[in-house]
Amino acid sequence: MFKISATAIDVASLERTLGDPRAGACVTFEGWVRNRNEGQPVRSLEYEAYPPLAQSEGERILAEARDKFALVGAAAVHRTGHLQLGELAVWVGVTAEHRGAAFDACRYIIDEAKARLPIWKKEHYASGATAWINCATRGEHSGEAAIPPA
Amino acid sequence: MITVDVQYFAILREQRGVNQERLATAATTPAALYDELRARHHFTLPGERVRAAVNDAFVAGTSALREGDRVVFIPPVAGG
Repeated sequence: MFKISATAIDVASLERTLGDPRAGACVTFEGWVRNRNEGQPVRSLEYEAYPPLAQSEGERILAEARDKFALVGAAAVHRTGHLQLGELAVWVGVTAEHRGAAFDACRYIIDEAKARLPIWKKEHYASGATAWINCATRGEHSGEAAIPPA
Repeated sequence: MITVDVQYFAILREQRGVNQERLATAATTPAALYDELRARHHFTLPGERVRAAVNDAFVAGTSALREGDRVVFIPPVAGG
């Protein structure tokens, strides 16, 4: 189950959906809004998504995790909207018979989600300035694939 | 010329000033259309930093554009 959510993520109900008597391990990851990035004090974060493609790409990532790891269940939710410090921006939960697959799959899903989902983050700084992350035209390259050749 | 619908997100939406527009173009690929729009609207991101989606699926920048396509240019992503 993958979802883009414009409202607060309900962790308790997500964890209930993962409940399964075959599962001996549950690993979850929570991404929170942090008060600092690359030395700058951050006041809040704005997330914007391209919903249909974020949905299909998110479902693809979960399917890949199920193929690669011996999972019982997998779910992930990513927020959109203007989030304050400490708020939950992304949640990933996986279950497996044993912990190894659960840890590995959870890591795989969050890493791929960050790299691939068409979701953008705008930081609002204490100074009042804002910036779309990874979209600066100077400095470090994002590492994103460019428009690939045919 | 073909007519396509372009949808903008994040930094491109702000730099363009609209969420979407319908436009006629002589461009035959997403990469060529991005170059045309970048020149017109002074987008800061160069084409090699932007991916393309057509009709809600990722495509190569050199794929063929068709009449009525819905095109989205995807700035470097930053989820999580």
